Amino acid sequence: MQLDYIKKELHRGVVTENPIFRIVLGMCPTLATTTNATNALGMGLSVIAVLTCSNAAISLLRNVIPNKVRIPAFIIVIATFVTVVDLLIAAFAPTLYEALGIFIPLIVVNCIILGRAEAFAAKNPVYPSLVDGFVMGVGFTVSLLLIGVIREYLGAGTLFGYAITPFKHEFILMSLAPGAFITLGLVLAGINHLQRSNDK
Amino acid sequence: MMSSLIAIIITSAVFNNVILGQFLGVCAFLGVSKAISTAWGMGLAVIFVMVLANAITFFVQLLLVKAGVAYLQTLAFILVIAALVQMVEIMLKKTSPGLYQALGIYLPLITTNCAVLGIALLAIKKNYGFVESIVYSFATAAGFTLAIVIFAGIREQMRFSKIPDAMQGFPIALITTGIMALAFMGFAGFKLPF
Repeated sequence: MQLDYIKKELHRGVVTENPIFRIVLGMCPTLATTTNATNALGMGLSVIAVLTCSNAAISLLRNVIPNKVRIPAFIIVIATFVTVVDLLIAAFAPTLYEALGIFIPLIVVNCIILGRAEAFAAKNPVYPSLVDGFVMGVGFTVSLLLIGVIREYLGAGTLFGYAITPFKHEFILMSLAPGAFITLGLVLAGINHLQRSNDK
Repeated sequence: MMSSLIAIIITSAVFNNVILGQFLGVCAFLGVSKAISTAWGMGLAVIFVMVLANAITFFVQLLLVKAGVAYLQTLAFILVIAALVQMVEIMLKKTSPGLYQALGIYLPLITTNCAVLGIALLAIKKNYGFVESIVYSFATAAGFTLAIVIFAGIREQMRFSKIPDAMQGFPIALITTGIMALAFMGFAGFKLPF
């Protein structure tokens, strides 16, 4: 029962309501932090942590926060967790911290997080909100990882920094800015196409 | 001094364009670029908000450092920016209802436009002084306007072309942006004479 619930929610977060591919929110980190799979995973995990915590906290506070000032209140809660994650990464994963740069503090303005707070956590009890935050975070991470894997493989010929093909090939464009836009565009088009042929 | 300011302007407006090079503010870029006129409006709103935000956050940072709570930077900055956008919205509603109509729903979006917070944070990170910070934010926002107006122009033309079903909407917009980014990368080959 419990497991079924989580499975169903995971399917919702990763497939039917995937924040990147279905709802198309939070483009900036998707483009900026996917130069390789490691950075993409790091960014995804940070977002899972912030989203789960902020959804739970906002759900706990939902009856205390006056409706009129709810958005600033949500932003303060989110910014607090982002600061915690920012300091933790700086302390324990300095290379990742260097690579992600200002995109860690920018999790604050990631539309997905405020979006889930407003659309879900503000109206639901703690446990479902926590699960919602987690599965949406997982959906975000899976999407980032997919883009990161494609870009790293095509751009540098490696995966998570390890060479996986016997010959060396580099298509640097994929690691640079244009590659980010083009990869995401093509992946979105592919998903649209799959969706269309499924509907038929 | 002057030449370093010019270098900041050219680098942040063109060479390292905020959207095409740094991926900041992509949501607003894709959202408000269906017509050239609204793209202009959005660009001007971003210029206005970004310069103001940088001017204010510069002093907020001084206060935070003085109080020994520099780690509250993210929290303090986002609150200042949110309040600022609210004020701009109220002012715009009173003074130019036409522009307010056009930008209505997008103004609150500037709060979550990562470019505004991002540039405020980057200016601090780069250790810019007050004048440099203002010039930097203005040039970056001008770069945003440049990119979004060009993109809106392309999108207006794109209405007349036949785009495959699966590519319609975001996919073709992203690929177009990618090609624009490729064109802007060509500028990176230039060397400034100073």
